[in-house]
Amino acid sequence: MNKFLIMVVQTFKSRVKSKSFVISTVITLALILLLTNIQSIMEAFESGEEDGNNTTEISVVSEEEGWIPLFEEQLSSAGPFEVEQGQSIEEAREEVEAGELDSALEIEKDDAGMPAATEYVGEQSVPSTSETIQQALQQVKMNVAADQAEVDQAAIEAINSPAAYETVALGEEAHTPEEMQQTQGLVYVMLFLLYLTVMMYGSMIATEVATEKSSRVMEILISSVSPVSQMFAKITGIALLGLLQFSLILGAGYIGILQNGGEGSLLDSFGLSDIQLDVIGYGIVFFILGYFLYATLAATLGSLVSRLEDAQQMIAPMIYLIIIAFFISVFGLNAPDTSFITITSYIPFFSPLIMFLRVGMLDIPAWEIALSIGVLAGSIILLALIGARIYKGGVLMYGKSSSIKDIKQAIQLSKKEN
Amino acid sequence: MTLKLHNVSKQFGGFTAVDQLSLEIPEKQIFGFLGANGAGKTTTFRMILGLIEESGGEITWNNGMIGYGQSHLIGYLPEERGLYPKMKVVDQLVYLARLRGMNRSDALRELEFWLEKFKVPDYKKRKVEDLSKGNQQKIQFISAVLHKPKLLILDEPFSGLDPVNVEMLKEAVVELKNAGTSIVFSSHRMEHVEELCENLCILHHGKPVLHGGLKEIKRSFGKKNVRVSADFDLDYLKEIPGVTKFKRYGDSCELQVENEKVSQVIFKEITGKGFVRTFDLEEPSLNDIFIEKVGASYE
Repeated sequence: MNKFLIMVVQTFKSRVKSKSFVISTVITLALILLLTNIQSIMEAFESGEEDGNNTTEISVVSEEEGWIPLFEEQLSSAGPFEVEQGQSIEEAREEVEAGELDSALEIEKDDAGMPAATEYVGEQSVPSTSETIQQALQQVKMNVAADQAEVDQAAIEAINSPAAYETVALGEEAHTPEEMQQTQGLVYVMLFLLYLTVMMYGSMIATEVATEKSSRVMEILISSVSPVSQMFAKITGIALLGLLQFSLILGAGYIGILQNGGEGSLLDSFGLSDIQLDVIGYGIVFFILGYFLYATLAATLGSLVSRLEDAQQMIAPMIYLIIIAFFISVFGLNAPDTSFITITSYIPFFSPLIMFLRVGMLDIPAWEIALSIGVLAGSIILLALIGARIYKGGVLMYGKSSSIKDIKQAIQLSKKEN
Repeated sequence: MTLKLHNVSKQFGGFTAVDQLSLEIPEKQIFGFLGANGAGKTTTFRMILGLIEESGGEITWNNGMIGYGQSHLIGYLPEERGLYPKMKVVDQLVYLARLRGMNRSDALRELEFWLEKFKVPDYKKRKVEDLSKGNQQKIQFISAVLHKPKLLILDEPFSGLDPVNVEMLKEAVVELKNAGTSIVFSSHRMEHVEELCENLCILHHGKPVLHGGLKEIKRSFGKKNVRVSADFDLDYLKEIPGVTKFKRYGDSCELQVENEKVSQVIFKEITGKGFVRTFDLEEPSLNDIFIEKVGASYE
């Protein structure tokens, strides 16, 4: 097997077998299964408790008997309510105080002959319940008022029904608001995924390099294999690890959804059925480029520290970069065509997120995409070249501080004196 | 497969670590690098291995440059020992050997051989961090030789080992040489170099102070040691011209003389003065030469 592959496999295997990976993956999977099954779990708990606890029991006393059926009809369409009647208001109030009823409602007739109500609630009143009751009463009042004005029933229905509204997108590539919303969702998911990946696996790469350095096994390694292939073997190994972890999580989520009555394909179940394939394609391209850019940076930074404890501090600049990129792109989701977004979509560390956002949300010419991918690929190559230098020098350098000076020193160590 | 260094220099910023070093290291022999701490031994090794580039000069092996293409022919034991602490000995050694171009089954077979040889076969499944320092060093040594390199570079291979393990490693080094491996090693322990090397180089502040075969170096050094023990006072001997050093231990003394003739003068001086129990003319030890060469240039 070629040395590069040996190192990739070694990186992957040692990580997969590590306790921290197994534990964190198991916890994540358990959490996902829990979340997808939360409905049935909650139901299982509730069925054990007393009946009717989630229906609101309410006693209604009305001056005008005819309003009660109307009120009950409105209320039951709004939620699980149980309406009792026939008590006196005093009795009802006592029951509320004793906690046997959720609330008591006294409906009176005001001067104009309209319903006016007073609600008596217990100690554990729920504001949203009162609101629902109020809305139901409002409907009753509208009906009463309409009756008094002798308005036709059909007219009332016409007033209440919503107006017909339809949006038609013009142009070949134009998106309807629903499509836009769905694209926005997909773009957001992709952005967040890249953000998460860089945060998690970027620091993993830096730690990996720092571990080899602090255990000083690095000197043997760089005498066997060139630093560039070492660096990319690490990056690839961790990428495979990430792929495994993501597919496990995705798989668990899918299984969870299927179990709970969801159906259809994987994309359907995540609400992504109508997405254009090209957006996903671009997403994958920018994701891979973005990963390699940040991973190269992480490996370079990791090679500069001599103790494992310093690794986290050293990769802080990388973390800031990805956070800034993420915030700009979140802002850009709502204003993708501003010039600020356009400019930042060509800046190497921001472009994987922001150019992808523009590709997904806007209709931009192919050359712009090509330019951005070119800039990105160019900066990966450049960073890899510089990184390999620093890596080679950095691994032979053992000091306490870790700064710009170290980078200079590391480059100097790896090159000829002029 | 001769290793040649021609006018090799290395500067770090303004500091010169290695200065105009020219050496020829013959194949199938053991070559020793001697030097105090910071003399430039490790830097020289790193340049030979291509880990750092020389600022000037040229290093060739077998008339070519050493690159990653030859890594399967080269073994290296760095001064700073390092293995994966959490990895099992067997996994570790197989991995490192495979990176040196060996296949898994060969590596496993060789591994058994070496663990057996160093009397640690039961460490195979142990994690490196659970082993003692000395045993870790044995494992590290195995990692340098497992893939049967043609050129073996050992940076301070015996430091930090107990005498039993030093002997064990020395034996292994000699066996490797007899099997045709060219070995370069560094040490600041003279007796190891004296015992093992045919050729050596003493480095001081990056400059080669002495360089050549062990015998020639001793011969060309010229000075000899004279040990005398007698019943009478020997202090007056240090006044004899040609005596460069005088040390007294009880009723015996050790003198360093410029050449053999001076020893004859001393011999004549003491005959007839009383009973002489010992008169011994010795070759200088490498330690004497080292102190002389390196210590002298401190002034």
